[in-house]
Amino acid sequence: MSPAWPTRARWRQLAPALLPALNLTLALALSAVVILVVGEHPLRALRLLATGAFGSAEALGYTLYYATNFVFTGLAVAVAFHAGLFNIGAEGQASIAGLGVALLCLGAGGWPTPLVVVAAILVAGAFGAGWAFVPAWLQARRGSHVVITTIMFNFIASAVMTHLLVNVLIKPGQQSPETREFDANTWLPQLHEVARGLGVDIGRSPLNLSALVALAAGALVWCYLWHTRWGYELRVLGHNEAAAVYGGIAPARVVIVAMSISGALAGLVSLNEVMGVQHRLLMNFAGGAGYVGIAVALMGRNHPAGIGLAAILFGALYQGGTELSFDMPALTRDMVVVIQGLIILVCGALEHALRRPLEALVGRAPAAERA
Amino acid sequence: MIELRGIDKAFGAVHANRDVSLSVRAGSIHGIVGENGAGKSTLMGILYGYYRPDRGEILVRGRAVVLRSAQDALAAGIGMVHQHFMLVEPFTVLDNVVLGVEGGFRLGPGLARARAELERLGRAYHLEVDPDARVMDLGVGQRQRVEILKALSRGADVLILDEPTAVLTPQEADHLFQILRALRSQGKTVLLITHKLREIAEVTDVVTVMRAGRVVATQPTVETTPERLAELMVGRTVALRVDMTPSHPAEPVLEVADLVVTDGLGVERVKGVSFAVRAGEIVGIAGVAGNGQSELLEALAGIRPVTSGRVRWKGRDLAETGPRTPRRWRRLGLSHVPEDRHRLGLVLPLSGQESAILGYHGDPAYNGPVRLHWAAVAAAWRRQVAEYDIRPGDGRLPTSAFSGGNQQKIVLARELDRHPDLLLIGQPTRGVDIGAIEFIHRRLVALRDAGKAVLLVSVELDEILSLADRILVMHDGRLVGDLPRAAATERALGLMMAGLPEPSARAVHAAALAGTEPA
Amino acid sequence: MSEAPLIAALLAAATVRGAAPLVLAALGGLFAERSGIVDIGLEGKMLASAFAAAATAAVTGSAWAGVAAGVAAAVALALAHGFACITHHGNQVVSGMALNITVSGLTAVLGNAWFQQGGQTPLLGGGGRFAPIQLPGASALAAVPGLGLLYREVVSGHNVLVYAAAAAVPVVAWLVARTRFGLRLRAVGESPGAVDTAGISVAGLRYRALVAGGVLCGLSGAYLSIAHNAAFIRDMSAGKGYLALAALIFGQWRPLPTLGACLLFAFADVAQTRLQGTPLPGVGVVPVQLVQALPYVLTVALLGGFVGRAVAPRAIGVPYVKER
Repeated sequence: MSPAWPTRARWRQLAPALLPALNLTLALALSAVVILVVGEHPLRALRLLATGAFGSAEALGYTLYYATNFVFTGLAVAVAFHAGLFNIGAEGQASIAGLGVALLCLGAGGWPTPLVVVAAILVAGAFGAGWAFVPAWLQARRGSHVVITTIMFNFIASAVMTHLLVNVLIKPGQQSPETREFDANTWLPQLHEVARGLGVDIGRSPLNLSALVALAAGALVWCYLWHTRWGYELRVLGHNEAAAVYGGIAPARVVIVAMSISGALAGLVSLNEVMGVQHRLLMNFAGGAGYVGIAVALMGRNHPAGIGLAAILFGALYQGGTELSFDMPALTRDMVVVIQGLIILVCGALEHALRRPLEALVGRAPAAERA
Repeated sequence: MIELRGIDKAFGAVHANRDVSLSVRAGSIHGIVGENGAGKSTLMGILYGYYRPDRGEILVRGRAVVLRSAQDALAAGIGMVHQHFMLVEPFTVLDNVVLGVEGGFRLGPGLARARAELERLGRAYHLEVDPDARVMDLGVGQRQRVEILKALSRGADVLILDEPTAVLTPQEADHLFQILRALRSQGKTVLLITHKLREIAEVTDVVTVMRAGRVVATQPTVETTPERLAELMVGRTVALRVDMTPSHPAEPVLEVADLVVTDGLGVERVKGVSFAVRAGEIVGIAGVAGNGQSELLEALAGIRPVTSGRVRWKGRDLAETGPRTPRRWRRLGLSHVPEDRHRLGLVLPLSGQESAILGYHGDPAYNGPVRLHWAAVAAAWRRQVAEYDIRPGDGRLPTSAFSGGNQQKIVLARELDRHPDLLLIGQPTRGVDIGAIEFIHRRLVALRDAGKAVLLVSVELDEILSLADRILVMHDGRLVGDLPRAAATERALGLMMAGLPEPSARAVHAAALAGTEPA
Repeated sequence: MSEAPLIAALLAAATVRGAAPLVLAALGGLFAERSGIVDIGLEGKMLASAFAAAATAAVTGSAWAGVAAGVAAAVALALAHGFACITHHGNQVVSGMALNITVSGLTAVLGNAWFQQGGQTPLLGGGGRFAPIQLPGASALAAVPGLGLLYREVVSGHNVLVYAAAAAVPVVAWLVARTRFGLRLRAVGESPGAVDTAGISVAGLRYRALVAGGVLCGLSGAYLSIAHNAAFIRDMSAGKGYLALAALIFGQWRPLPTLGACLLFAFADVAQTRLQGTPLPGVGVVPVQLVQALPYVLTVALLGGFVGRAVAPRAIGVPYVKER
């Protein structure tokens, strides 16, 4: 009737973008039910949340600061997913990496900042990778499942960190378990300071250099997965182990490499938190970012670009959620955890539930039918 | 007992059954023969409630029935012995038999009843199986008996057996026939699906021949001959023959001596096989599916461990010079087109051109020090598309979007592109359309004419007969025949594949062996 | 010297109390996993049940109402898991983790909104809690050396859910080994095709297994908040669901060995408490925080060391899709 109405072919092109949008809508609708249950108004909450997250340059800065963490953990989970592995241990890998970074910063008093930054990236990656290596090795060589071992490693990491912070690294004469503040030369440059140097005022926020590291990490992951033979091997393994063996790929080696890369990416969270914001090592500084990474990866369909967008969404939820809890005390930041879980459920476990009706609506590509 | 009227069934473009009508007399053994793809299995699937026919009706004991599920079929007294056994392997025989007909919440009484019933059935039909043995410890023949017992203990009057001897040794097959005769004598009706004519002659009362989805004849077995049946099965149209010049085999490329391959469950699948493949010849391995050919091929390709035996490549022992890995094989000039392209040869969710470099993804032609150059991959893809007529030519489409024939061409193009000295190829035309079959066959001949060696494994006798210069017959993990194509006939090969060479076949076999120089 | 038997008896009693929730959860997981569904959501089901039980008990003052609510919450989550994994063939690990994370947030949000105590529920007293039960005869046996102590400290004096856990082991073992439900459960986890061709609904069977698992998980969670403790505390399951799953795997998906594994984990936890501050020969005092990681380290060691060869139900984790 109307010539402006998109054709079925056009819809088919839109479908990959439509599905995450639909999934998000469904997850938010379920969350709205929870908000109604605790007696608040979902739409008002959404408005407050959006204002809190994007309402000012400062708010946006906070949103992006949170998003930085989620880019790292989202990429970490995604790389493992591409290899057919489910890394639930990003949280522990990030905190152990924080330990490495803290040790470096405590000892790098007189070093020039650029050197500290480079060394910190390497140390964070190495510590994160090391913490992921053990579960990976156990899966590749001993057949114990990476899901359970990474969860256990989260608990173990937490115990190790508590011990070190309470008994070893604690600042003498202090009650709270944290290290002394690092020397200023080891602090990551804050982006608002950089911007002010360039004559632009973007408001004060903890957004720092690690945001750029996150962008670079996304680009590198993209190159690795889709533009190197190693990334190719990783993806083949994730889709079909028998075909990987046929193609001369050693599954055990790829599993270990993939998990190590995943752990290294998760480790970079410590850059943002430990070096960029706190300038000391705190307990639980990762603050659940490792688990958010699962939601971010699934929602971003395991692609760096999608992960970037999903990370911003979750950054907004974290930042907006904090603001929201001032106006609606019933909605604590835990509400964000609920939304996060629901997004994992809808985008991950129920991905087929919406895809099929959508495909039926849009019409499947004829060639996609089973030959 | 059972009557099918005008059954029609299509899967997409494939018309599996066309207007099939069939009448099975109670208390008879009714054979259904036909080549692979003639529509036998679809028909039996319809009888067991797996598929709904598009048209036509099913009558059991003169009453029209609608079979929506296995449950409906069982209720109508139809039991099925699946080609791939539907048994719970860690369970005992008794547990398997009782599953679904436990007869109460507590297992005890039901198990006791089933034990008595098993004993009775065992005596009545030569179906003795230890009820307390675990299925995973049983041999194939015993497992099949468990399947039959399952069907009988559920009160089946009609028993459908789908290619029951495909996985049996001759002795086991003989025992099975004995069981079937005993069943008939007790008034049971048996539907036997097979493509082996010997079985038809041996046990059936009536035989129905299917070809291309249609019933072409139904006759009392005594009034037919194997030759007549073969003619009906194949039809008048002679299979595609490829024009081939005589081969000029040169020195051996691959020599295999006493090769033994054991599968993951510890069962010996290849039991000491020796042969050679020379440059400039196509060696075909014929055999009924499941006689060790697949395991042999995968072991030679380096993706399945070899238990013992030697493999020599151009005169050198391979195990001494490095690891047995597909990666090293490819570098040496050994390519492999696997039997199951979906499981091994391709990665269906990846794009066509990504699948087209599987195994060669480390090739310097595609790689810089770090980067994989998609431009080079795409260029190779375009060349292969042109050379092998792969359609559609868009390499960014997911591999799953290509038809079976084009998927096979992607694999073939990839493996032939490097001009291997030896090509291992399994079931090259399985699930491939007619046009592509001819194309693939011509490429294989061209490879051989270029002085390369080809080892071809196929369960399609036609394919072996039209391509192989020399034919090895494999049965129960052993080579039971080695004959030049000129000496081979479908009948002789079929008998050898059945593992029971009749006198005439034995003569052919002996003559064939005498005619070949020792490998 | 004379104190040693008493200490041993107290340790044993603490182990029994610590093992109870693990046993209930692991046996719940046994139903799901034997049917072919990975149940990493034990943690979430425990936590949800703990919250629902404590909240209901706080409002109604009845521990039994609390248990009922806990079981209902866990069963609801089991059904959600089934909806994703059985009906929609979703990834079972992803679905389980999603539920765990959702529950972790949801219990905090609801707890905060309803009780305004930072996510905790009000302290339960009287009928809102399950009190220890003194079994008859404790005083009569008191005079018997050894046995009297054993009976008084280890056998008697637990709450009803501990006895439920103890009873659940033989009951589940009997159900799995000797009943129609058990036979079909074991079959569907090994070979859903065989179950299907035998005319039994694979999906129906798996849903029932998940519900049965949900009931036991519900008891486990209720134990945490209204029997062992007297309130719900944020994230109070603290990995017990994962430990239960590890115990199930280590117990090779069989009830009795699973009980053994649960007792082992519980003992590690009790030992961990005892070890705090006690110098170990050759090592000295191991820091509390590291000792607390003992159950988790034990899990990794056990899974890596022994379970490499464990035979899982063959069809586990694979959605059942009928051919064609």
